[in-house]
Amino acid sequence: MIFNFEIIGVWVLVLMTLCILSYLYGDNPFYKISEHIFVGVSAGYVFALVWWDQIWPNLFGRLFPEYVGAGFEFSPIYIIPLILGIFMLFRLIPSLSWLARIAIAYIVGMAAGLKFYVYINSNILMQIQNSAIDLSKSGGEIFNHILILLGVFSALVYFFFSKEHKGTVGAISKIGIYFLMIKFGASFGFAVMGRISLLIGRFEDLISYSSYQYNYATPIILISMIVILGIWSFQSSETKK
Amino acid sequence: MSNLKQYIYFLIIPLIILIIYFLNPFDVFVDGNQLSFVSMLISCFMIEYFIQKAKSGEEIYMRPIPAMKAMEEAVGRATEMGSSVLYVPGIQGLDEIDTISGIIILGHVAGMTAEYESDLHVPCCVPIVMEAARESCKEAYLKKGRPDLYNDRMVHYVTDDQFAYAAGVNGIMLREKPAAVFYQGKFYAESLILAETGNSVGAIQVAGTGSSSQIPFFVTACDYVLIGEEFYAASAYLSGSSEMIGSIKGQDYVKLLCMFFIGIVFLSSIFNYFGIFVFDIMSLFKINIIN
Repeated sequence: MIFNFEIIGVWVLVLMTLCILSYLYGDNPFYKISEHIFVGVSAGYVFALVWWDQIWPNLFGRLFPEYVGAGFEFSPIYIIPLILGIFMLFRLIPSLSWLARIAIAYIVGMAAGLKFYVYINSNILMQIQNSAIDLSKSGGEIFNHILILLGVFSALVYFFFSKEHKGTVGAISKIGIYFLMIKFGASFGFAVMGRISLLIGRFEDLISYSSYQYNYATPIILISMIVILGIWSFQSSETKK
Repeated sequence: MSNLKQYIYFLIIPLIILIIYFLNPFDVFVDGNQLSFVSMLISCFMIEYFIQKAKSGEEIYMRPIPAMKAMEEAVGRATEMGSSVLYVPGIQGLDEIDTISGIIILGHVAGMTAEYESDLHVPCCVPIVMEAARESCKEAYLKKGRPDLYNDRMVHYVTDDQFAYAAGVNGIMLREKPAAVFYQGKFYAESLILAETGNSVGAIQVAGTGSSSQIPFFVTACDYVLIGEEFYAASAYLSGSSEMIGSIKGQDYVKLLCMFFIGIVFLSSIFNYFGIFVFDIMSLFKINIIN
């Protein structure tokens, strides 16, 4: 038997992985434990990360450069985000909670303006630009190009909301939805392939942790979990009766 | 709006803006983004035109979207079964248009839960979204005359981490067994995990997202899906605001304009190839990144 921090880490890793996978058996104590640990740890971790990586160096580092020492110069404009952040905290005081709306409005307005420029360039202008056909290419490529163009046209017609989908418009929009469904099917298959490879990765880890080197972490934890789950299921059914 | 006012508003003002832009006094504007600027200007004024039309009381037709109708059916089913309604507003912040649309739809769903007196549960991934969701629910309950049914605990924070959030929401679904689940917002890889769990507990599921890579998962596991722009249109329609409904019609015309320009570029590339009309249309498409 070997005991060191790496082995403890591996045991925790295997335990957590199997606890989460135990979800396949339904809601059970192992899943509940891992879920609560996962949610709690991640919430705490994200808070610490945002505070020390974002707020402390980027905000306070610019307002109190000498004290924080993050390598920035004093920048008074950062008082605005500080005030907006404080406004968000006023949600805790009911009489002043309306101030939080100012911060929310700022975020929404700023994001809408910024994204408008990005969307118009990437989703509209580049789409129009790429619709130019190069007839010097092979027959297959030209066919593909025309097919894509047909797909774009018909899908755009499908997304017309102020026009009733009847007659010609209805027929074109139907073609559009077929194009969309083919796209969805292809991307579903592609994503499932990716997920399967992730699952294989997890199983490879679990198999490698089954060896003597890791004190047979996987089989010991797996068998213990099966036994405990069996007892728990038996007791639950008895209680129900 | 009178005709003269309309001419000034939708013809003279854009023209003045264009003249100022192209004269570029004191080098205020970044050079090389002319096409982006003109496109934005046309889009803005086109949408504004239809917003004004909608505001003036003109009836604007909106084609029915099945998933929109299914929302009431889902909440009704939850009420009949005495189960809760779970609303998942996605995992992104308020800087995503999907999240904003999700919050607007949440207001509509909250209005229905207030009316039917069924329980609503909104687990959030981002604290600011939680605040906006609370505001939206509170307002909906107030509008329906049931502020007594609203409490802040129905909208709560889980965690910022994507998969921890998915695990948390799954746990809620398994324990509470909601009869109706709404996924409305921006989703990533957690979409299938959530939708599969909702399906396994037998909930009626209505999804809506603009993430094209996640729509297939919702289509597979949910009963109704608002695909891409349908989601934004539904949020506009459900908001009931004339500004938003007018903007949908305006956007339809922007799409029509896009189709027209796609056709022009396609044809001009063919004419260019055969030497019938020699003009390098690509020279117009210069997109500069602002430094």
